Amino acid sequence: MSPTATRVNDFTIKIATVNGTGSASANTLLMKSIFRSGIPVMGKNYFPSNIQGLPTWYEIRVTREGYVARSGRVDLMVAMNAETYARDVREVAPGGYLVYDSTWPRPALLKRDDITVLGVPLARLCNESFNGVRTRILMKNICYAGVLAALLDLDIARIRELLAETYAKKPQLVESNMKAIQLGYDYAREHFSCPLPLRVEKMDQTAGHVMIDGNTAAALGCLYAGATVAAWYPITPSTSLMDAFKMFADRTRVDKDTGERNFAFLQAEDELAAVGMVIGAMWNGARAFTATSGPGISLMNEFLGLAYYAEVPTVIFDIQRVGPSTGMPTRTQQGDLLLAAYASHGDTRHVCLYPANPEECFYMAAQAFDLAERLQTPVLVLSDLDIGMNDWMCRDLKWDDAYRPDRGKVLGKEEVLKLKKFYRFLDVDDDGIAWRTLPGVDPKAAYFTRGSGHNQYGAYTEDAADYQVVLDRLLRKWATAKRLVPRALIDATADSKIGLVSLGSCDGAIREARDVLARRGIAVDYMRVRAFPFSEDVGEFLVSHELSFVIEQNRDAQLRSLLTLETAVEKSKLRSLLHYSGLPISSEFIVDGVLAELQHERRVKPKDAAHG
Amino acid sequence: MTFIAKPKVAHPSLPRNPLGLTRRDYEGALSTLCAGCGHDSITAAIVEASWGLALEPQNVVKLSGIGCSSKTTAYFVSGGHGFNSVHGRMPSIAMGANVANRNLSYIGVSGDGDTLSIGLGQFCHAIRRNLDMLYIIENNGVYGLTKGQFSASADIGTRAKKGETNVQPPIDPVLLAMTLGASFVARSFSGDKRQLVPLIQAGLKHRGFALIDVLSPCVTFNDHEGSTKSYAYTREHYEPAVQADFVPLEREISVEYREGEAVPVVMHDGSRIVLRKLDAGYDPTNRATASAHIQERMKAGEYLTGLLFLDETAQHEFHQVNSTPARPLNSLPYEALSPGSKGLEKILSRYR
Repeated sequence: MSPTATRVNDFTIKIATVNGTGSASANTLLMKSIFRSGIPVMGKNYFPSNIQGLPTWYEIRVTREGYVARSGRVDLMVAMNAETYARDVREVAPGGYLVYDSTWPRPALLKRDDITVLGVPLARLCNESFNGVRTRILMKNICYAGVLAALLDLDIARIRELLAETYAKKPQLVESNMKAIQLGYDYAREHFSCPLPLRVEKMDQTAGHVMIDGNTAAALGCLYAGATVAAWYPITPSTSLMDAFKMFADRTRVDKDTGERNFAFLQAEDELAAVGMVIGAMWNGARAFTATSGPGISLMNEFLGLAYYAEVPTVIFDIQRVGPSTGMPTRTQQGDLLLAAYASHGDTRHVCLYPANPEECFYMAAQAFDLAERLQTPVLVLSDLDIGMNDWMCRDLKWDDAYRPDRGKVLGKEEVLKLKKFYRFLDVDDDGIAWRTLPGVDPKAAYFTRGSGHNQYGAYTEDAADYQVVLDRLLRKWATAKRLVPRALIDATADSKIGLVSLGSCDGAIREARDVLARRGIAVDYMRVRAFPFSEDVGEFLVSHELSFVIEQNRDAQLRSLLTLETAVEKSKLRSLLHYSGLPISSEFIVDGVLAELQHERRVKPKDAAHG
Repeated sequence: MTFIAKPKVAHPSLPRNPLGLTRRDYEGALSTLCAGCGHDSITAAIVEASWGLALEPQNVVKLSGIGCSSKTTAYFVSGGHGFNSVHGRMPSIAMGANVANRNLSYIGVSGDGDTLSIGLGQFCHAIRRNLDMLYIIENNGVYGLTKGQFSASADIGTRAKKGETNVQPPIDPVLLAMTLGASFVARSFSGDKRQLVPLIQAGLKHRGFALIDVLSPCVTFNDHEGSTKSYAYTREHYEPAVQADFVPLEREISVEYREGEAVPVVMHDGSRIVLRKLDAGYDPTNRATASAHIQERMKAGEYLTGLLFLDETAQHEFHQVNSTPARPLNSLPYEALSPGSKGLEKILSRYR
């Protein structure tokens, strides 16, 4: 056993349990009690695609620096699942700790000379104090939260406060849960030297922040954007976005007197129908959206092509999971970048937004509707399971009451009547965006929407030139989109020849990796793209850096492909760092990857490292 | 879908409806379908029915999928918006559109390929949701645009133009709709305008999903001897069971109907349909016996036609179930939709 240095507010706990045993409540309780003590904290849930009985892990990183990604190391493991003991014990960093249920001692299996093993007879303690099989299982998990409270010096009063909020309507549950907490707490204080060198200490770094998951934040964005139609087909990990929207809409959009609902929530028969409903509703002037994941996007391809060519606003949230095919539904990836960008047959390109965290999910969700209606085209918001389903600490979401939806170029009755004749696809403003009308306005405003060849007047055509006029205008619209979508975030303060380039949920790990690299004397610039099409500065960044590491969470370097296809950068200037295990990328992975590549460059071309 | 705009010349002597519009005002672009196509007769019936009901043209929304039938939405009511979507997916577009604005009349035109093969799922679910629309199937038993393959409505034993005999049993949209709980189910023949026009009117007035399966012979690929969907065969084997006469709100029932033979049904807006039983043993208000009867006749090679089933009391139209406000969702002011910054603070208190 190696001595451990004191580490206050800077360590990672991992809890290994079995799904369906109530461990989620215990883990949320732990995380929130740390958050409420003013200490930045990160939580990641690694769960199986299963209802009950399979291994599940939860990682809590206490991070005084406010990092939001995995560090890559585990300092304290709570091993509650005998089935995964062997791998759980291996994962603990040297000098770390392992807590396990010693009702059934396993000295041989859990032996490691360089860590401290702390046995707590959780099952026995709970069996003695609680009745009923289910209660005992649930309480065993709450009990380990009590053990951790003692070991890490968590504030018991905070825990009680949280339980009181959670069980406001069932006060008897507060008492039974507190009893379990106390059992674990007292046992640990009696048998171990508490607190451990790993411990928390009150800070004041979480004021003005919330702990929220990206799907909830995106649902709020839809609510605030004024979306009235939500159509979907259930699929992990997007379902909670729709659940959240329904919850918020039920609370804020139902007339208390009449029971009238200012929204419609449509559970479709499949993803094809879901996106069809969205297209139909948006065509008819309501703000509508759907949420899905990769398999759903595959199915929606046909309709995406229609919405692109017939120019119907469409908003789709793709909460990416691991592919290909069904893949690993409960693990995270950025595997739909190419699929989303070019979905459907023929020449199609779609506006994509890449939020990096729940905060951006909120703002980009609202922005997606404005962009879709302004550009009369599909907008795909590419979140992922890590952002969507994990609670992230982020700045308070703010809403500007002056906001009014940008409904784009829609002619009303009076405007139509002033026209000599209305034509649907004429580029009258020279920005590639034509004016549209909504059904029910006036016979003069009527037009025919079709996915078949049409001319700029809205009539069917098979004429080569007429067809091309429309297709070429769509390119001008794409150029307009380039100006309207969120720009890349570029931090070139390091003034380095080396750049890190990434998107979405890699952001947290990259920020931390940059700090680590800087401490090792390697300063790097950073660009995070936030939308497709890429704004002009994306290409400029790539061209102006000798070497760029493109960091993404898929096997086939999809962002790198997009960058080489859509900017003038030379392919050889881009190095890929690819993380596609299904777990969220860690800062350690990036640091190691950059260092290894730079060493390799030096070995291969000692004098000309940057030109590969 | 046509290259040629139809000239709109209204002779002063043309009769006008209460809106002052002539039948011309309910026409659309020139049809590009084959001469003699049954679908064109259905288009004409829709024009007649819409004119007769004095629908505001801009309040008509025309929706379709892909195929010969789906082209026809361009051929009627040019003053209404049209949406020619993708193959078999019209019901979902219609659903979304209808949810956004409940105050318009939605007419979907589909074919047997579009509805019974690629779009069977969406068709079934539109019925299940009781989407408020008129859904017309222009049923000819073949794929026209791809040149004469059997569709899922082709009867066993029917012969293709090239001689092949169909061996797979058909899917019947009428029986299917009855099973799925549709509240308005009709069958007609493109060649029987007297039956079809009032059916379309009744379907448009029905609150909820109204299906009219219209046998509509394909003159090019399925009008030969040996085909069970030819004009000749259809004329011989279609059997009107229930005549539906549509009586507008403002008009009295003037025709004398014999006791026990005619059943007036009041639609949700107060207009009426008088159901006249031409087949004494048939009850169009009893789902179980009606289904059995249709099936029996079908076994005998006869197609029962008319308004085969109607339940105007069914209260599960989508918007009723959803409690949608009378004001369409697409025109609710933003203020009614956003809880504002104060509301957000309240919501976020849960996440601290």
